[in-house]
Amino acid sequence: MNIPTTIEALDLSSTIIQVENLSLHYNRKPAFAEVSLPIYRDQITSLIGPSGCGKTSFLMCLNRLVDLVPLAKMSGQIRFNAEDIAQKKVNVVALRRKIGMIFQRPNPFPLSIKKNLELPLKEHRTKNKAEIEEIIQTTLEAVGLWKEVKDRLRHSALLLSGGQQQRLCIARALVLEPELLLMDEPCSALDPLSSATVEELIQQLKEKCSLLIVTHNLAQARRIADYTALFWFAEQTGKLIEYGPSAEIFNQPKNQITEAYIRGERG
Amino acid sequence: MILSNGNILSPSTHDRFLTGILWCFSLLASLILGLILFFLVYNSLPVLWDIGISKFFLDSSWHPSEALFNLTPMLVGSLLIMLGAILLAAPLGIVSAIFCRFYAPKVIAVFYQSLIELLSGIPSVVYGFWGLVTLVPLIQKVNPPGTSLLAGIIVLALMILPTVSLIADATFANLPKEYFQGAAGLSLSRFTLLTQIILPASKSGLLTSVILAAGRAIGETMAILMICGNIAQIPDSLFSPVRTLTANIALEMAYAMGNHRSALFVSGLLLMVIIFALVSLAHRAGKGSVYA
Repeated sequence: MNIPTTIEALDLSSTIIQVENLSLHYNRKPAFAEVSLPIYRDQITSLIGPSGCGKTSFLMCLNRLVDLVPLAKMSGQIRFNAEDIAQKKVNVVALRRKIGMIFQRPNPFPLSIKKNLELPLKEHRTKNKAEIEEIIQTTLEAVGLWKEVKDRLRHSALLLSGGQQQRLCIARALVLEPELLLMDEPCSALDPLSSATVEELIQQLKEKCSLLIVTHNLAQARRIADYTALFWFAEQTGKLIEYGPSAEIFNQPKNQITEAYIRGERG
Repeated sequence: MILSNGNILSPSTHDRFLTGILWCFSLLASLILGLILFFLVYNSLPVLWDIGISKFFLDSSWHPSEALFNLTPMLVGSLLIMLGAILLAAPLGIVSAIFCRFYAPKVIAVFYQSLIELLSGIPSVVYGFWGLVTLVPLIQKVNPPGTSLLAGIIVLALMILPTVSLIADATFANLPKEYFQGAAGLSLSRFTLLTQIILPASKSGLLTSVILAAGRAIGETMAILMICGNIAQIPDSLFSPVRTLTANIALEMAYAMGNHRSALFVSGLLLMVIIFALVSLAHRAGKGSVYA
């Protein structure tokens, strides 16, 4: 797919999610306000910006994980597959199947590697043993873990290294075949080598699903993201201040703050 | 002295001072334990020298005045009551902790939690009293005499329920929130989360809660004394009266002399051995952390 140079030139059917005027409050304290942006299908979109400007909160709205936070109040629209998933009545179980999430710190369950992948499979896809075995193998191959762990599938997932754990978590999300994968600083808790492996994996994942990734690593955003959104803390809340193709954001930013931020002068 | 002009002292002096105090207190604590143990052994020795250990398990009955010292009925009584109470209280306590933490609305959970805490604060004699006037007559209607193993098990189960429930709840509270986020992110059902992730991850904490409750059960005296009938025989059904090791001491201490008195200390020693075994079990269970 060609990367359009401006947002206006985009065909709406190529978006997987259309966010309109989304705001979020935690107990009346605003986390971010009036964010509108499209997320494009089969592309990597990165959210950058300083800490505390609502990037993670924004991510958590998209799969409604924010429902778990007491006193969190969301308003606005999130259109996903012709449905407004910001509505209270939305089936969040079905939603979270289609929109997976990877967290900052790898969070495998304290079970065997195999069991980690089996749980979501059995819950949502199949109970057929042969099928499960097959999906586990192909998914682990897809995240580059198969060779490393095929002889110890029954060992605790907690014995894996940080990078391996994070790839296992990605595999665990992938077994549900999500349409969109949300990633909250997936590399920030990893050492540089593991981080590079996971980053490489993220780029390959583009073939399977769309990705929305929060990162503090500007170089990483520049390397992997097709689109980049800059969040900033302004007027007592998080705001989206610039959004567009990464090339544009990093090379010819329109906003002065963006320019200062990507040059490392602010933030 | 040292504390009053702490600002001119180097921190290392503070450290040494604090270390000294801590040493003193922990020595004192272990000294007390040592003294109790010494006292027990010292007072048990006469009868142990006199008739040997085996008599305590092989004599025909417990008739100290006729030099018959079989403690087996009391040992069996204590262990049966403990096991019965654990069998009742462990599932109830764990399920109530699960209810509190994962199912109950917040208001109810807080209320329920304080109810459980209150339950743990009720003096054991009150439990015994309740057992005696309410439970025993009920059991008597079904199968006399009423004062029985069953009454002991039920009352003791109530008494140790808070221990199981509170420790189980603390175990659940200490689970990393990442598990919950992860499960929510995969939209696993609460049932899957509970049975496949939370319970396996809490195994060692739950085991500890049960073992500590068992320790409390084996040591309970007053309530048991009031409702179990205290007949020194191995019970042949749930409705038979039993006597526990603790009740045995409490009942006879006032008038026991000589070898009889010494034999009661052997009962105490036996209790200590059981408690030691339970505590070291709990220690071992506690070592297996959720990250194992």
